[in-house]
Amino acid sequence: MTIYNQISANIWKSWLIMGLFIVFATTVGFVIAKAIGYGSPFMIFVLFLSFFTTVGSYFFSDKLVLATSGAKKIKKKDNPELFRIVENLSIGDGVPMPDVYIINDQSPNAFATGRDPKHAAVAVTTGILERLNKSELEGVLAHELSHVKNYDTRLMMIVAILVGFIAILANLFFQNLFWGGGRRDDDDRNQGLFLIIGIALAIISPIVATIIQLAISRKREFLADASGALLTRYPEGLASALEKISSDPRPLQTATNATAHLFIVNPLKGKDLQGVVAGLFSTHPPIKERIKILRSM
Amino acid sequence: MTPIIIIAILIVAILYIFSLYNTLITLRVRNSEALSQIDVQLKRRTDLIPNLVETVKGYAKHEKTLLEDITKARSSLMAAKSTQAKAQANNQLSETLKSLFAVSENYPDLKASQNFRDLQEELTDTENKVAYSRQFYNSNVRDYNTKLTVFPSVLIANAFSFKPAEFFEAEEADKKPVKVSF
Repeated sequence: MTIYNQISANIWKSWLIMGLFIVFATTVGFVIAKAIGYGSPFMIFVLFLSFFTTVGSYFFSDKLVLATSGAKKIKKKDNPELFRIVENLSIGDGVPMPDVYIINDQSPNAFATGRDPKHAAVAVTTGILERLNKSELEGVLAHELSHVKNYDTRLMMIVAILVGFIAILANLFFQNLFWGGGRRDDDDRNQGLFLIIGIALAIISPIVATIIQLAISRKREFLADASGALLTRYPEGLASALEKISSDPRPLQTATNATAHLFIVNPLKGKDLQGVVAGLFSTHPPIKERIKILRSM
Repeated sequence: MTPIIIIAILIVAILYIFSLYNTLITLRVRNSEALSQIDVQLKRRTDLIPNLVETVKGYAKHEKTLLEDITKARSSLMAAKSTQAKAQANNQLSETLKSLFAVSENYPDLKASQNFRDLQEELTDTENKVAYSRQFYNSNVRDYNTKLTVFPSVLIANAFSFKPAEFFEAEEADKKPVKVSF
């Protein structure tokens, strides 16, 4: 597959999954709303609730992540090589240059954050600066910059809104089931049926939603790999970097479950778990597969 | 019912034509912007050259021809108007600079000069910047030229006389190998 094929395949796949997710979320919303006895206004209310809580957290998430990871913003003279790499990659992508941060941690990793290219930041650990050579570092930074250019933070925020929507609904449904409330809609003879389907959905939908969220996240990781390769015209740089990073077993000290998806490789896992179940619940695709795809471009 | 459906279809078709036209315009404007960004980077290069020439003169007075070559290459880059002329002039400047940096090996005082090293780093960086801005411009041109030839935007393109854009590249015949003379 060429770089261009990789890019378009991952774009349409992520949007397909997104579309299915919206259909799924709407179905769940409809069924549960009916089961509790309320109609579509209730669904919309829950959607707004999820929207405001999620957007609020994402608005501050980049500052939060940078603060909790102990990242220090650098100027050109602090690390001219790193600064120049980011500057030149931004020229290549035609985007404003993001702020550059360095995290003092021995584990090699990098992340990008920002709701759009004008308000973006990339961060690298001292560990990664020590280990990678220039073209490997360029590959990693190109991947991170591509996340910004592809508006991945924004996309994952929308996905999180849908996940929150489903989680709130499932929660309300069970509260309604156990503690009462809701309405008995005497005109709707099917309410009993909706109740039964509602129970099933309320149990499995949060898990399904999370699986879908992670599937989208993995596709966007592949996309960032491919976009980055198109930017540097040198996929081997990132491939070689991923090899070096994955051979380092140390987890990143300041990463948490909430921020793990932002990093270039999953900072929490010591090993690259291969199983199907582990694969479903991973924010990142397996490194071996990423390297294989990069080397075939 | 049918007249309403026909009108609706017509409105959608007209809006679609508008959007095709607007896409072509947007891509064309992006091309000019990307092109002027290349000029920004080229100017950065030409601005650094006088300083470089002065520094080298201080340590290596005898390399008169080389310094003249560099100044000449700089002038032709500044004078270049067409995309192709600029690409060629830029290549020419890079070649001359390569010769200069190779020759500087003979002058340890020059090599040791912090000023010279900074300039060397800056000039290498500007070469990378020119390359990246070129790449960005060329990928825009690729998208624009593609839109000009695929269906259905090709119909709009021809109707409104959109012309294909030039890639930023030098002619094959003029790419000369590096001549390093000590």
